[in-house]
Amino acid sequence: MRRARARFALVAAALAAGTALAQERAIPAGELKSGSAFLGPDLRALQNDDFANPGMLWVERGEKLWSEPAGKRTLACASCHKDTSMRGVAAHYPRIDKASGKLFNVESRINQCRTERMGAGPLRYESEELLALTAYVARQSLGLPIASSIEGAARAHFESGRAGYHRRRGQMNLSCAHCHDENWGKRLLSETISQGHPNAYPAYRMEWQTMGSLERRLRACLSGIRAEMLPYGSQEYLDLELFLAWRAQGLPIETPGVRR
Amino acid sequence: MAAKIQVPREAKRGEIIEIRILIQHPMETGYRHDDVGHLIKRNVINVLSCRYNGVEVFRADLSSGISANPYVQFYTVAEASGDFEFTWIDDEGLQGSERQSIVVKG
Repeated sequence: MRRARARFALVAAALAAGTALAQERAIPAGELKSGSAFLGPDLRALQNDDFANPGMLWVERGEKLWSEPAGKRTLACASCHKDTSMRGVAAHYPRIDKASGKLFNVESRINQCRTERMGAGPLRYESEELLALTAYVARQSLGLPIASSIEGAARAHFESGRAGYHRRRGQMNLSCAHCHDENWGKRLLSETISQGHPNAYPAYRMEWQTMGSLERRLRACLSGIRAEMLPYGSQEYLDLELFLAWRAQGLPIETPGVRR
Repeated sequence: MAAKIQVPREAKRGEIIEIRILIQHPMETGYRHDDVGHLIKRNVINVLSCRYNGVEVFRADLSSGISANPYVQFYTVAEASGDFEFTWIDDEGLQGSERQSIVVKG
């Protein structure tokens, strides 16, 4: 009886913690809207058309690169990842790498594989090759819900990401939350402010006329509020990416998305 | 220059068929400047042509007003089995081509 009560208390505590965390979300799960919900019907149709979606050019290039040997050991990604599909993998990123204890996004994971296992140099952020490989990996999780873990070692990164998300910055003195939590759905000149979710990246953006990573999109936001843009791959971006993934938990992956 | 085309594998004689092409190309307008202020030279695909069994059925003169990675779609009538062959050339003289066959029945 006592044990049963103790177990009940434990379950209750866990539930309470879960609810508390859920309540912290500015946008509840039922109101989550992917960026595609803020597009016009033309761009939405373009994204959903596997042939016409220009981002698929990068996905198809990534598929080829996946089996091309690179580096001193002439290994390709496919040499190790033979029978295992990458389905579901990107949905769990950013995640903690057990060996190093560091937080990785898909891009930095690919580069870690290249430098440590393949004996090849890292690919530059926003290079066609890295965008192609990242898009190819993420595409395999199409339709799967974002499910990053913020437990254990990831917790500190999550808290840092959350703090970064809510910190006012730049000449306009705005935080991410001012637009994407408090004013999504309203107009900013000709644009509708989205909820700012990462589920379509790498994405093809009309403004760029090309494919770009999530970090490039973050830099575009920072530039928009006249704040300092950090270098690609910096820890602050990674932490923010983890917070964004938690914020968007449950939204299906759409890579390669098409965005304005 | 990656590109892909979509042609129905088979069709009935006289059927109206949809042909699509997507070409990876920067379509540099010639109006943009680089980081140090120099004008970036125009480089667009200027002619895109499609031949159906050797006969030109579609031709487009693209210009700097067309977005990067141009996507073109048109319709034609399936007349005989054979090949659709796309060819294009950009301002730098780089040529590309893609070919796909169709089986026409009836």
